[in-house]
Amino acid sequence: MRSKGFAKHYYLMLLPGFIWLFLFSIVPMFGIIIAFQNFNPGKGVFGSEFIGLETFQYMFQLSDTMNVFFNTIYIAVMKIIGNLIVPLVFALMLNEVRYMGLKRSIQTIVYLPHFLSWVILGGVLLDIFAFQGPINQLLEFFGVEPILFFGRADLFPFLVVGSDVWKEFGFNTIIYLAALTGINPALYEAAGIDGASRLRMLWHVTLPGIRTTAVLLAVLSLGNVLNAGFDQIFNLYNPLVYSTGDIIDTWVYRAGLLNLQYELATAVGLLKSVAGFILISLSYYLAYKFTNYRIF
Amino acid sequence: MMRSKSLSSKIADVVLIIILVSIAITCILPLWYTLSLSLSSKSAAAAGAVALWPVEFNFSSYQQLLQDGQFFKSFWISVQRVVFGAGLNFIIVPLMAYPLSKTVKDFKGRNVLMWTLIFTMLFNGGLIPLYLTVKGYGLMNSIWALVLVGGAQTIVFNIILTINFFRNLPKSLEEAALVDGAGPWYILFKVFIPLSIPVLATVSLFSIVYHWNEFLYGLIFMTREEFYPLQTYIQQLVVSVDPSTMTEDQYKRMSELSNRTLDAAKIFIAMIPVLVVYPFLQKYFIHGITLGSVKE
Repeated sequence: MRSKGFAKHYYLMLLPGFIWLFLFSIVPMFGIIIAFQNFNPGKGVFGSEFIGLETFQYMFQLSDTMNVFFNTIYIAVMKIIGNLIVPLVFALMLNEVRYMGLKRSIQTIVYLPHFLSWVILGGVLLDIFAFQGPINQLLEFFGVEPILFFGRADLFPFLVVGSDVWKEFGFNTIIYLAALTGINPALYEAAGIDGASRLRMLWHVTLPGIRTTAVLLAVLSLGNVLNAGFDQIFNLYNPLVYSTGDIIDTWVYRAGLLNLQYELATAVGLLKSVAGFILISLSYYLAYKFTNYRIF
Repeated sequence: MMRSKSLSSKIADVVLIIILVSIAITCILPLWYTLSLSLSSKSAAAAGAVALWPVEFNFSSYQQLLQDGQFFKSFWISVQRVVFGAGLNFIIVPLMAYPLSKTVKDFKGRNVLMWTLIFTMLFNGGLIPLYLTVKGYGLMNSIWALVLVGGAQTIVFNIILTINFFRNLPKSLEEAALVDGAGPWYILFKVFIPLSIPVLATVSLFSIVYHWNEFLYGLIFMTREEFYPLQTYIQQLVVSVDPSTMTEDQYKRMSELSNRTLDAAKIFIAMIPVLVVYPFLQKYFIHGITLGSVKE
């Protein structure tokens, strides 16, 4: 090969990107030492006094943070399950539609909410579920008392999970649909000749055909166990639902940037980052082991 | 594909299509409702009289919107952010993806650099260290805080997608160019990039949508409203809640008193750029995602 002297050009190509990532991804990582300091913004990271693990001890004594960890995992796990099953069922249903034009139109429409921000959709949802919004009008029509949906702590986690699944299910079908088109049509023909009904084809041809993809997505979603969705909850919650709706990321935002408890917020954030890193690495390892999948 | 056309099969088809179309409708209905609300009179909106069609149809909220100087200022900031952010993404992604798509045999440093890149994607210092770093750089109230911080967090995923695409291109193309005496820059710009339009369109779409939708960095890095990008401006307006304790009655009153028709108009206008961009890129992103991420 004549690509011998290329390495220096390769480094040159990578240089601008790595400078960018160094300044905005790697440098901030060193800020985690704030969690081990009695941080004084005037003295900065280098001048502040070290106090060891004191902040972490304090953190584990706060009932607040324990509740926030629980809410995060509770909401995130429900989202993972919903976001695996609903798109799969939808993709299987869509796969049975034989009018290509209709199929494409449905796809175009259901992908759309994925591309809208939670600021926008949060505003829309708060309007629709408002005390005098259309959902309550509908309930009133059936004689049900109006409900203050986003003010009810008992309903909040389910509204969050439901609206997230609604926003993402369309986009999440893309990968399932790609796997479905990868199934050899000869298998369906053979099953048809053997007299299999559509349900039997679904069971014996379609489902085995997308099993690998489904397992892969399930394993990879393990990395999301601590991601309950900051953008969504930040735009939907209010003090009435903190008890069930406050998650790590929203708590860190308030503790750090509104109450200026830098050390505590950094410590909680660090705990989340480390646990999240371990979970994602584990999920990649398992994905490689079970399905031979590599991210790159 | 041979499939039986019995009566029960036809009924099943009709039921299936009705279910799928209903689900698709739920994906646009909320957006339709927001449009109706923005075109209704204030009193009708406050009384909760609006359902599917505008009540007392008028354009007064859009006229009022035209006089809101901050809305247009924020809109312009978001446009600039998208242009710089997606532009930078478009330049840096292929520059980094090309060398990293090489094997260790062709590029010795490849694996170490790749793992560094992956690490910046999987681990982060958390919100507070990021905030203090950007403050330390003197980027508060600068649009570059929005472009560079957000970009650094999303670019690695885009690079991985592009690496996988580059690796799926026929090896013989590069070999032929090498035989003709082409250097690495020529191969990247004249061979790889022209063949990679699907994946580059996909990562550009992701970058455009991300920079348009992101609101948190606008909130924490901009100290004055005049520097807010559009989503942050709307976030503060529509869904921001006073973090002090709030009773259920206060929450109810607040949701009734807000100017719902004007807010709906702002939300609707903020959706339009995404609605316009996305159908054109749809054929690319489905292709780009499935080629880049799922390797069957």
